[in-house]
Amino acid sequence: MKITKDEILYVANLAKIELKKEEEEKISSQIENILEYIKKIDALDTSDVEPTYNTPIGSNFFREDIIKEHLGSETSLFNAPEKDDGYFIVPKIIK
Amino acid sequence: MDLCKLTLFEAHNLLKKKEISSVELSKSFFERIETIEDKIGAYITVTKESALKEAEKADERIKKGDISYLTGIPLSIKDLMCTKGVKTTCASKMLENFIPPYDAFVIKKLKEAGAVILGKTNMDEFAMGSSNENSNVKKVHNPWDVTRVPGGSSGGSAASVSADMCISSLGSDTGGSIRQPASFCGVTGLKPTYGRVSRFGLIAFASSLDQIGPITKDVQDSAMLLETISGFDENDSTSSKEKVPTFFENIKNIKDLKGVKIGVPDEYLVSGTIDDEVYEKIKEAVDVLKKEGAEIINVSLPHTEYSIAAYYIIAPSEASSNLARYDGVKYGFRDKNQTDLESMYKKTKSIGFGDEVIRRIILGTYALSAGYYDAFYKKASQIRTLIIDDFKKAFAKCDILIAPTTPTCAFKIGDKLNDPLAMYFSDIFTISANLAGIPAMSLPCGFSKENLPIGMQFMGNYFDEEAILKAGIVYQNSTTFHKERPKVS
Repeated sequence: MKITKDEILYVANLAKIELKKEEEEKISSQIENILEYIKKIDALDTSDVEPTYNTPIGSNFFREDIIKEHLGSETSLFNAPEKDDGYFIVPKIIK
Repeated sequence: MDLCKLTLFEAHNLLKKKEISSVELSKSFFERIETIEDKIGAYITVTKESALKEAEKADERIKKGDISYLTGIPLSIKDLMCTKGVKTTCASKMLENFIPPYDAFVIKKLKEAGAVILGKTNMDEFAMGSSNENSNVKKVHNPWDVTRVPGGSSGGSAASVSADMCISSLGSDTGGSIRQPASFCGVTGLKPTYGRVSRFGLIAFASSLDQIGPITKDVQDSAMLLETISGFDENDSTSSKEKVPTFFENIKNIKDLKGVKIGVPDEYLVSGTIDDEVYEKIKEAVDVLKKEGAEIINVSLPHTEYSIAAYYIIAPSEASSNLARYDGVKYGFRDKNQTDLESMYKKTKSIGFGDEVIRRIILGTYALSAGYYDAFYKKASQIRTLIIDDFKKAFAKCDILIAPTTPTCAFKIGDKLNDPLAMYFSDIFTISANLAGIPAMSLPCGFSKENLPIGMQFMGNYFDEEAILKAGIVYQNSTTFHKERPKVS
């Protein structure tokens, strides 16, 4: 399966990942190899098969929406790379 | 007596009879860790101070006669389960300074039981890998031959049990990450049924596949630890309300396998796809089980050959979604040199994640992207249904399945590092159990000519861990492979 470097860069951008220039070729060819192998699934006709997105026993349950004790903002923000007065700080968003 | 060599069962009995104390036991492990950690590389963080406090508390409890299986037992924990106040890094630069504000469900259970946490173990970054070479911290060396990998991703956990650097450990298994390293290191590793053990506080890789489980010196210990960490948790929406059996009580007196039907899947024992030595040892194990009264039948899991392809679509797809949270804002690493948000995101991820994690995020994003979703993600999910149906048909005919855990013994460090696809193939026999959600356990079944452990795998029906534990205990009662320990000093 042919995949171009541009396609990889496009997908990387969707994932907000910047590849190092010297690694673009290597990663592209590695992913091409993996996809080449993965394409073996095409040989199987699955047109009548329902997809399983979780295991048969792993269906979600929901609990009552009850307010409980929470960590509090100081604890929640403890690991934030930049914070101020109970807020996360991010680089400027509006130009 | 070398306290580090004790099994959980033995240590529990000595603690109960007050012949040893938890403090004494824990100190022996810290001595052992200090002596051999440089050679093995099993631990990312050692928590000596808090462990000794936990041990003192455990001794107090035991004095009052308040003892459960894990009270006072020194354990290691794979470094992707949140431990309140103790760094939890996933062996990634992204989380190298992350200190969780809460305990994972399993940690809470262990603390309630009075267990002693010796430290956090090394792993492949974000649990992605089969050799532990993807750790951003350091390599783990296989205690049986330090030039070889311990397997992955729970390589540090398996090595720490094998090299007597803890009594037991908790690992996690998304495509074989408990069983494959257990096999490479000659220990017993169990992936429970999906939903049996809460994933709350387990840093997510692929949420429909991830499961926490015990890595131990034998099957008995596995039952004791599994029983302690299992159970419903309202904080995990896929946690099961299925009753937790008293695993240890139920298996400890099992003497034979009369009436047990063990299936041998044709697709897992094809000469030529696995090493001859592995093939031979599995055949010998089948003979042992037969002698113990089991009825051996042949079964077929015809879609096995598609499991790796389906897995390497589904797991990276889920990972690409799960790992999107590492954006340099709420916690974890941030590249602080960037002045706009977009560049901050991109640089943070590029610097914070290692190669394999980046590869899988890109692969997953590709498989989920517009125009490819049906051909990849949906198709793989349909194959998942076929794999589940294969197991259902097999378990209509037998109680458990036996298979090799891995096609080869532990390979050399560096051997597969530059060929991701070759690395993925080391999971060929373990992946299907994750896709189906069934329980599976790896246990030692012999040694190669080079004296490397060989592992076999029992797979069971949904929530029937008991069946594989029973077969395991009978097997270990009539063999001694699980008692062999590597010579590291």
